Amino acid sequence: MSAAPLRALVLAGGRSTRMGRDKAALEYGGQSQLERAVALLQAVVDAVHVSVRADQADDPLRARFHRIVDRGDVQGPIAGIRAAQSQHPDAAWLVVACDLPHLNEATLRELIARRDPAKTATAYRSSHDGLPEPLCAIWEPDSASLLQRFIDGGRNCPRKFLINSDTLLLDQPNPEALDNVNTPDELAAARERLAGAKAAPRPLRVQYFALLREQAGTREEQIQTSATTPAELYRELAARHRFTLEPSMLKVAVNAQFRDWTQPLAANDTVVFIPPVAGG
Amino acid sequence: MNRFRFSPAPIDGAPLRAEIQHHSCGGYASFEGWVRDHNEGQQVRHLEYEAFEQLGVAEGEKIIAEACARYGVERALCVHRIGDLALGEVAVWVGVAAAHRDEAFKACRYIIDEVKHRVPIWKKEHYVSGDSGWVNCERCAQPGEHEHTHEHGHHHGHGHGHAHG
Repeated sequence: MSAAPLRALVLAGGRSTRMGRDKAALEYGGQSQLERAVALLQAVVDAVHVSVRADQADDPLRARFHRIVDRGDVQGPIAGIRAAQSQHPDAAWLVVACDLPHLNEATLRELIARRDPAKTATAYRSSHDGLPEPLCAIWEPDSASLLQRFIDGGRNCPRKFLINSDTLLLDQPNPEALDNVNTPDELAAARERLAGAKAAPRPLRVQYFALLREQAGTREEQIQTSATTPAELYRELAARHRFTLEPSMLKVAVNAQFRDWTQPLAANDTVVFIPPVAGG
Repeated sequence: MNRFRFSPAPIDGAPLRAEIQHHSCGGYASFEGWVRDHNEGQQVRHLEYEAFEQLGVAEGEKIIAEACARYGVERALCVHRIGDLALGEVAVWVGVAAAHRDEAFKACRYIIDEVKHRVPIWKKEHYVSGDSGWVNCERCAQPGEHEHTHEHGHHHGHGHGHAHG
């Protein structure tokens, strides 16, 4: 059978009760969790939506994105999933919680690559208890009617639904990627871990061409940076050199090969940001 | 020798044509892009091409391999000029020799279209007005508007073609 087209849904309708403030707005390195989650998904799926409660629809943080409003007949993440399924019944949904600060592109790509459209869902096994992680999973269109029956039976736990469904379970490429953050203590720990990942500045070589060369005033520089990806590095360099090109217009090469913006950078890598080309 | 090259010196097509000429080939198609005296309403005085040569050679070679596989040709070559170019100079040269003309034409067209969109080469135009600018980077610096892409699609029809009429 041919696979249903994939759309992505970021769940940002939680009540953040244990955190005591809106989890979607929590920032890591200057970027809110919601923005980070949307950007990650945009790198792997064309259509990205944000699931919100009716009373959050006009919230400025959320209003920038394609929102899908919960239907109100059920509580919790399952409400967002059902609303998305109703809006695009032919799509499969890559559903991701917004409070996963360690989620990375590799984890998403692996899930998509190993998806089995003949199953009800494709999900990762929790690295803590081996049970399915429903909030970084692909929900196939056929799951909609089963999920509705589950809700009609008075249940609303997406994890229990996947446990009792025909779910393909995968091992996570990165066991920490799906650790979520619910409390202020967990937030502090996650921030420390993320900061730790970039604590030690490393030497990198950056080469510039064309407009970027002119704006940087040099063809090449050796820098010490704690940026871990080309995306972070470009933010840092764009601020320093006042680059006018948006990252969306550029491509990235690391060690003279095209790479994506989340490629992990290692000491002594050579990075090139490639402006729009104009050969011929 | 690489089938895709950069040349800081003026391009002479004759020895390049000789390089791919072969008795097994009955058809030869070639394309030259020339420096034109106008672009998007501006009078152009001269041009400057800059390339990320290491990646450019690898990507160019990939394009030629794709063209050969796609159209079943064996002999193809592309040379792109870098540095300062005067009006009328050859900016890019593509040649394909094949058993028959049809695949030679198609492979030649494929190579020039892909090279324009994928190989890291940048063009700075110097205008009669004294102004100058990097094509696709400055006057049109709106993502999306010009469908700027280095992906493998075919020609996207945005109006920045400079050297080709």
